[in-house]
Amino acid sequence: MKWIYSQRLAPYVFVLPFVLSLAVFFAYPVLSTILMSFQEVLPGQTHFIGWTNYRDLWKDDSFYTALWNSTKYTFWTLVVLIPLPLVLAVFLNAKRMKWSSFFRSALFVPTLTSVVVAGIVFRLVFGSLDESVMNTFRHAFGAGTINWLGNRVTGMLVLVILATWRYVGINIVYFLSALQSIPGELYESAEIDGANTWQKFRRITLPLLKPVSIYVITISIYGGYAMFTESFILWSGNRSPNDIGLTMIGLLYRHGIEKNSLGLGSAIGIVLLAFTMVLNVIQLRLFGLFKKED
Amino acid sequence: MRAKRFDTQTLLLVVLFVLLAALALFPFYCLALASLKPSKELLRFGLNIRLQPELLSLDNYTFIFSKGAAKYATWYKNSLVITVVYTAGCMLLSSMVGYGLAMYRFIGRNFIFLCVLLVMMIPVEIIMLPLYKQMIALNLIDSFGGVILPFVVSPLPIFFFRQYASGLPKDFLDAGRIDGCSEYGIFFRIFVPIMTPAFGAMIIVQALASWNSFVWPLIVLSSGEKLTLPIGLSSLVTPYGNNYDILIAGSVLAIVPIMIVFVFFQRYFVSGLTVGGVKG
Repeated sequence: MKWIYSQRLAPYVFVLPFVLSLAVFFAYPVLSTILMSFQEVLPGQTHFIGWTNYRDLWKDDSFYTALWNSTKYTFWTLVVLIPLPLVLAVFLNAKRMKWSSFFRSALFVPTLTSVVVAGIVFRLVFGSLDESVMNTFRHAFGAGTINWLGNRVTGMLVLVILATWRYVGINIVYFLSALQSIPGELYESAEIDGANTWQKFRRITLPLLKPVSIYVITISIYGGYAMFTESFILWSGNRSPNDIGLTMIGLLYRHGIEKNSLGLGSAIGIVLLAFTMVLNVIQLRLFGLFKKED
Repeated sequence: MRAKRFDTQTLLLVVLFVLLAALALFPFYCLALASLKPSKELLRFGLNIRLQPELLSLDNYTFIFSKGAAKYATWYKNSLVITVVYTAGCMLLSSMVGYGLAMYRFIGRNFIFLCVLLVMMIPVEIIMLPLYKQMIALNLIDSFGGVILPFVVSPLPIFFFRQYASGLPKDFLDAGRIDGCSEYGIFFRIFVPIMTPAFGAMIIVQALASWNSFVWPLIVLSSGEKLTLPIGLSSLVTPYGNNYDILIAGSVLAIVPIMIVFVFFQRYFVSGLTVGGVKG
C-alpha cells in the first residue's frame, strides 16, 4: 500500500472524486441524452427511431409555446437585469453615497429565499381577488381587479418582476466587486484631464465592466432558459392556462417525467442545450468584436 | 471639494435606495403578515396589506409545531439532514480536487480542469432525464443518496478552491515533506487550516443551494416521509389555495435560519457567490 503515498500518485488520488463523478453523473448522462433523443424508451425495450422525436417536436405546438415563453423570459430578464444592477452598483460605489453596505444587503436578501418561498409570496401578492395586494394597488389608480396569472402579458410580467426581485441584488454584488477592483488613479487622472461624470462612466467604468458583464449575461442566458420552478409554483404545478407559463424545462419535465417519454424529453434537452450554446457563442462573438474596435 | 456632508445628489441617491430597499423587503412584510392571519381569511379575501390587528394571531405557528402538522417537521428534518450531509461531503471532496489541481503538475491536469469548466457551463436540468434513469439503475431513486450523490462533487467549489489554493505559497508543501508529512497529511494538517476563509464562503453557498434546491429532489424523491422542505411546501400549493396554515408559516420558518446566518456571515456570502464573476 506504500505506493499510494508516492508524490507522483497523490495528485490523481486528489482528483479522483471528480473523475468518478464526471464519468458516472455527467459524461454518461450527456451521452445517454444524445442517444435517447434518437430512441423510443419503453420499459424493457428500447429501440432507435431516428429523427422521429425531433420531428414530433417540430410539429408540436406546445414546443413553440415553451420556446417562445422561455425566450421572452430570457429577453426581458436580460433587458432589466443587466443595466439596472449595473447603474445601481455604480451609485452604491460612488464616494458620496451613504450607508451603501446597508442598502447592498437589503437588496441582496431576496436572493437568499428559495424560489418556492418566493413563488408562494408572489402568488399571494399577485392574487386574483379584489383584496389582493396588487389589485388594491390598481384600485388606487382607478383600475379594476384583474387575474394577474390568467393571461399571457401579466403572467410574464409577474415572472419578470419575480426575477428582478430575486436577482437584482446578486447582480449588483457582481458589478460592485468588479467596480471595486478599478484603480482610483484612473478616475483621478481623468479628472485632471477635465472629464465630467458621464465621460468617466462612459470611457472608464463601462469598458472595465465588460468582463463581468459578459459573465453575467452568459449565466443569465443559461438561467433564463433553465427557468422552471418559478412557473411551477406560480401556476401550482406544470399546468398554466393555455400553457402561458410553460417553459422549455417545463416541457421537458412534462414529456420526460409526467408522461414518461424519456426519448422525446431528451430531444427537448438537446435542442435547449444547442439553443443556449449558440446564443452564448453569438453573444461572446459580439463582445469580442467590440473589443477589437476599441 | 466635498466639503458638504450631505449635498442634494447624495440625498436623492439615499431616497432612491430607501425606496428600492423598501420594495425589496416588501414581500417579506407580506409573508410575515400573511403568516399571522387566519388561513380562512386568506382563502376568502386574499392577502391585503392592511394590518387588521384584530385578525392577527400566532395560531398558524402553534399549529405548525403541533402534532397535526407532523409532516412539516419531517420535511424540515429531511432538509436539515440532506443539507448537512451534502455540504460536508461537498467540502471534503471539492477541496481535495481543487487543491490537487492547484498544487501538483501532472499529466491530464489541464484536461481535468477544462472538464470542471465544461460541467459548470451545462445546466443540470438538461441532463436530468438520463440522470433519473441512472438513479433507477443504481437503486438510488427515492433516497437521500440519490439527492446528494450526483452533485456532491460540484464544479463551482472545485473551481473556487483551485483558485484559492493557487494563491497559496507552495513552500508549505516542501516544508511538510521535509518534516515527514505524507502528501495527504500536508493537505489535511497544513492546507485545510489555511483555507478556512475559502471553506467559510463555500459552506455558506453550498448549504444555501442545498437547502433551497428544488428540481432534482422533486424528481428523485416521491414518498411523503422523504420530501424536503421546498418540495413539501410546493405540494401544498394547489389551485384552490387551501393549506394556507402550514404553507405560509412554514415558508417563514424555512427562510428564518438563512436570514440569521446571513446577518452573521455576510462577507462569506458575498465572496462565495461572486465566484467566477471577477477574473474567470
